[in-house]
Amino acid sequence: MADKITVGHVHMSGCTGCLVSLADNYGGLLTILDRYADLVYGLTLADVRHIPKMDVALVEGSVCIQDKLAVEEIKETREKAAVVVAVGGCACYGNITRFSRGGQPNQPQHESFLPIGDLIKVDVYIPGCAPCPQMIRNVCVMAYLLLKGNKEQKELATKFLTPLMQLAERGTEACGCDLMYDVVNQGLCMGCGSCAAACPVRAITHEYGKPNVNREMCIKCGACYAQCPRSFFNFDVVPEFEAIMEAIGAALK
Amino acid sequence: MGTELGKYKTCVSARSTSKEILKKAQDGGIVTSLFAYALEEGIIDGAIVSGPGDEPWRPQPYVATTVGELMASRGTRYNISPNVSLIKEATRSYGLDKIGIVGTPCQMQAVRKGQLYPFGWRDVDDKIKLAIGIFCMENFPYQSVKQLVEDHAAMKMESVKKMEIGKGKFWVFGERGQVVQLPLKVTHKYEQPACHVCLDYVANLADVSTGSVGSPDGWSTVFVRSKNGDDIWTKAIAAGCFETKPIEQVKPGLELVSKLANEKIGKNQKTVEARATFGVGKALRNPYIKP
Repeated sequence: MADKITVGHVHMSGCTGCLVSLADNYGGLLTILDRYADLVYGLTLADVRHIPKMDVALVEGSVCIQDKLAVEEIKETREKAAVVVAVGGCACYGNITRFSRGGQPNQPQHESFLPIGDLIKVDVYIPGCAPCPQMIRNVCVMAYLLLKGNKEQKELATKFLTPLMQLAERGTEACGCDLMYDVVNQGLCMGCGSCAAACPVRAITHEYGKPNVNREMCIKCGACYAQCPRSFFNFDVVPEFEAIMEAIGAALK
Repeated sequence: MGTELGKYKTCVSARSTSKEILKKAQDGGIVTSLFAYALEEGIIDGAIVSGPGDEPWRPQPYVATTVGELMASRGTRYNISPNVSLIKEATRSYGLDKIGIVGTPCQMQAVRKGQLYPFGWRDVDDKIKLAIGIFCMENFPYQSVKQLVEDHAAMKMESVKKMEIGKGKFWVFGERGQVVQLPLKVTHKYEQPACHVCLDYVANLADVSTGSVGSPDGWSTVFVRSKNGDDIWTKAIAAGCFETKPIEQVKPGLELVSKLANEKIGKNQKTVEARATFGVGKALRNPYIKP
């Protein structure tokens, strides 16, 4: 028990899809909670009213800046958590809440929603709507290794998490347009198709081998750019895919 | 020879034992034969391949679930086929639990990144059962191939029987038996720009990778890389799908593969470095450093 890390799920303005995605690890989630992490906070899962001190905060949703409690809670999360992870498109980039202009009963004045990175410093990004269960699982396992592992495991976890930390530094705006700005315009797109497979709303097709984003459909979740092997490709991690997948599999057996 | 060939367990020169496959294969028919074997044995229940598209010699990613469907995609079309775009869809509307996928080295990189970092590829990571990589010096946009064939080789796209890059030339074979060869210095400017930052020639991250270079005409060089790839390849050999020769005993052999790999990686490494000082105090993005 002493070796477990403490994890909390902080719910801002989001649809709970990210939490469902975490839960969709089924047995894997139970193993994580059994062996590696104690859930110390979570609206629907833990009977705790106030944000406690914790190692890792998994934050879902964007922050409504007209909602005083939400603003307080996200600041408190930063104070209480050693590592803040933005889980999902809303926490990272605003996602679908970017389109809000208020007017919804019974709080029509709640009109402005910001990615958490606009209010606090965020350590790790997991873009996507919702990010896949396996992605959240991999980050949980790596976060555990980073905090409790041996030297070698700490090194691996650092290497694995580095691009996700860099995504957090990169900014709080995302769009299918990133594929144009930061990949095609930069002379880096080789037409593999990763982005189209990652898009949750099927906004991306390929025309003559290059992505074509239907911008009306894009919800700004950031999955396409994060998935692109030409957004980041870390030669110190990905080529070790066999060993890493085996290790994650073994950790959850 | 160092890291340019990636990690591998075995390397052989091989050719399919199926006459039917060889009839329209690019070289030794390795990809089609290995997928056909894996399909029939239930190792995969479908494979993402580059099938024929809407225009002549334009490929289209395609999920083949029968050997007949695999046959339609034999041979190489030298332009972009976003095969990875179907990797999630293959598990959805096609309902596959065990996916095969063939692709270029960059597409193998995409597949492995997607298994470790599946931002948007839900429930895909453990369903990829056979990833076959093909050697690749560079790829072309469709319009480039069209220009090479129609403007430089003066042939109609629909009357081309086969295209091939080998022995320092781009070869276009016509249905009537005519052959045009273009020097690669003509084709270079038509290459897809993003290929010039690629640091992988022989699909280092595939389960099994293959290409013509290193082996005699009609044969392919095969690297068996992962545990999984080794397992499937060994079974396929035992089942008589391929004839093989030790790579040490064929000409031109691994030395040429190594030479070309080093040429590609060296040249592209320079391109990556040049991007750092591309403007005046302004760099182009380097995906190998950060997103």
